[in-house]
Amino acid sequence: MIKISGISKWYSSFQVLTDCSTEVAKGEVVVVCGPSGSGKSTLIKCVNGLEPFQQGTITVDGVSVGDPKTDLPKLRARIGMVFQNFELFPHMTVTQNLTLAQTKVLGRGREEALAKGMALLERVGLKAHAAKFPGNLSGGQQQRVAIARALCMDPIAMLFDEPTSALDPEMINEVLDVMVQLAQEGMTMMVVTHEMGFARRVADRVIFMDAGKIVEDTSKSEFFGTPRSERAQLFLSKILGH
Amino acid sequence: MHYHWNWRIFWEQSPDGAGTYLHTLFVGLGWTLALALLAWALALALGVMVGVLRTTPLKWLERAGYAYVELFRNIPLLVQMFLWYFVMPELVPKGLGDWIKQMPPPWGSFVPAVLCLGTFTSARVAEQVRAGINSLPRGQRMAGTALGLTLPQTYRYVLLPMAFRIIVPPLGSEFLNIIKNSAVALTINVVELTARARAMQEYSFQVFEAFTAATVIYLLVNLVVVLLMRYLERKVAVPGYMGQGGAAASGH
Amino acid sequence: MFGSFDFDVIERSWRYLFFDGMAFTLRLTLFAMVGGIVFGTLLAMMRLSSVKPLAWIAGVYVNTLRSIPLVLVIFWFYFLVPYIGAWVLRSDTPIRVGAFASSLLTFVMFEACYYCEIMRAGIQSIPRGQVWAGYALGLNYWQSMGHVVLPQAFRNMLPVLLTQTIVLFQDVSLVYVLSITDFVGAASKVAERDGRLVEMYSFVAVVYFVACLLLSQSVRRLQARIAIVR
Repeated sequence: MIKISGISKWYSSFQVLTDCSTEVAKGEVVVVCGPSGSGKSTLIKCVNGLEPFQQGTITVDGVSVGDPKTDLPKLRARIGMVFQNFELFPHMTVTQNLTLAQTKVLGRGREEALAKGMALLERVGLKAHAAKFPGNLSGGQQQRVAIARALCMDPIAMLFDEPTSALDPEMINEVLDVMVQLAQEGMTMMVVTHEMGFARRVADRVIFMDAGKIVEDTSKSEFFGTPRSERAQLFLSKILGH
Repeated sequence: MHYHWNWRIFWEQSPDGAGTYLHTLFVGLGWTLALALLAWALALALGVMVGVLRTTPLKWLERAGYAYVELFRNIPLLVQMFLWYFVMPELVPKGLGDWIKQMPPPWGSFVPAVLCLGTFTSARVAEQVRAGINSLPRGQRMAGTALGLTLPQTYRYVLLPMAFRIIVPPLGSEFLNIIKNSAVALTINVVELTARARAMQEYSFQVFEAFTAATVIYLLVNLVVVLLMRYLERKVAVPGYMGQGGAAASGH
Repeated sequence: MFGSFDFDVIERSWRYLFFDGMAFTLRLTLFAMVGGIVFGTLLAMMRLSSVKPLAWIAGVYVNTLRSIPLVLVIFWFYFLVPYIGAWVLRSDTPIRVGAFASSLLTFVMFEACYYCEIMRAGIQSIPRGQVWAGYALGLNYWQSMGHVVLPQAFRNMLPVLLTQTIVLFQDVSLVYVLSITDFVGAASKVAERDGRLVEMYSFVAVVYFVACLLLSQSVRRLQARIAIVR
């Protein structure tokens, strides 16, 4: 589904990604982890073209992201993304957040969009908050709405950029539960996160990045059992400590 | 299109006998700068005083300063110009009023223009000074008085030196504003640069040459002032401070 | 001191002052505000665009008009508009343009530079994540600008935009240099006809003072009430 080949990216003269290659098959859940500054957020933003890259290719469902002839908005409508800071639109209600892209990008009618929005809102357990503004919701609630917003577009794959890093500890689980359910239903997911518990539960593969390079790319059992690189071992020991 | 360009017009003689058109424009520039500089001096003197008064703990001084600023802010510059030129001589004691009214031509207009621009701008300077002082950490004032300095001494040695450095950029903008606002003085017969350009246009019919010259001259003056301000900023910069503070300057 | 002043002149001429003069001022202010904000927002988007020539043109235009006196700009447009009109309509002679149309164009083009800088700051204050979220949903540039960025930017900058409009209200008085009858122009015509300069100009000053003071206090109250909760 997602093919990343030889991706390198520079900010001016500073190289942030070096020759990254990996694949996410349909229905697979891949977790990307690593220390701060390892480039994992940057890599995931390259997948749907939010960040440009100078070398390499990325294709999603056969469509090349880096090709100038690609209709990026159309491609992005098929890939869902969830951000660390939720990024709900604060001047719109929850309902409006959910229906905006459905009507303006997919061209759905208002009733259809509304019905879909409410269905997904119910699925993340927040139907009662439909008329509220994001400012009136807690962080965990906002992130669940953000997931629903992405799902309203019927995406073929979902990208998560540190979805729980900005949440207070007591709210992390409500979001992770939604993500686990999504994974169990067969969604193709690429998740940048520190939550190793989540990785252990639903990930198929774990990618470890350090200083812009993919250092390890193994199945979950191998990664948690016997990681090969020292860096990964060090990282694991630090975060599995708590 | 009927417009005939004639860029050599600048070297032709102006019909009012004041020399070539180019010469008259530069004379106009001279009056613009004289007006701007004198008004700026007045604006700084008054503005710093009012700005400081607005930050003192004395409530009534603060309110007096507020009234001062609001007075000059809420009346258009053109109207203030007319007040200084037409109304002020009638309101002051008769002897002074008569003396003002019989001042010979350039000064009869120039002096009210300086007073008008100076007081108008002093209100804006006062706001910048106030914002600059208020942007300093509260502890500075307390540290000064804790050392035994009186309030005036605290202002003089602790607060104002820092506040001035912080507000160099916004004060630079205010100076540029005075130069632009000086053009309004043409309504009371001060023959500054824009007035000269208008006169040139009326005598020679070379509209676009005249106004282009004025525009270019204003832009060059702007450039010089901006460069001077940047030099000044660098010279007085305090390590660790990035030039915050200063009131937001909307309008012009 | 005030004995020889005749304030009745105000009573006699107030219809002319307000229904002709002030009406002109208010009409011009309102139309120039709307036009200026629309054009200013467009200029701001140009300045922030990644298309370098667009950004450069907008930058040069805004910086030039902000560096020269408004009086000079008024003269420029007064003489320039008939020629541009002729060029647009392919006529041989310069087009005659009415006083209101000419001043409206002048003030829209001039104030747009100031509204541009305000909107530019507003747009830049919107976190990048909001833009990314819009793009991630498949919105294109115009959609994300129109639905996500500009509504928030406009809301945030509304007090500053209104303050600039109060400045515009005062700037309109400079149409005096073209002998156009706005509020100040009307007052000066009455003043010269009746020889009552002191009374008329004092009155004008008081009216402006009260109006602008009330307006700026309303803006301050508005500022306290609207803030998007993040």
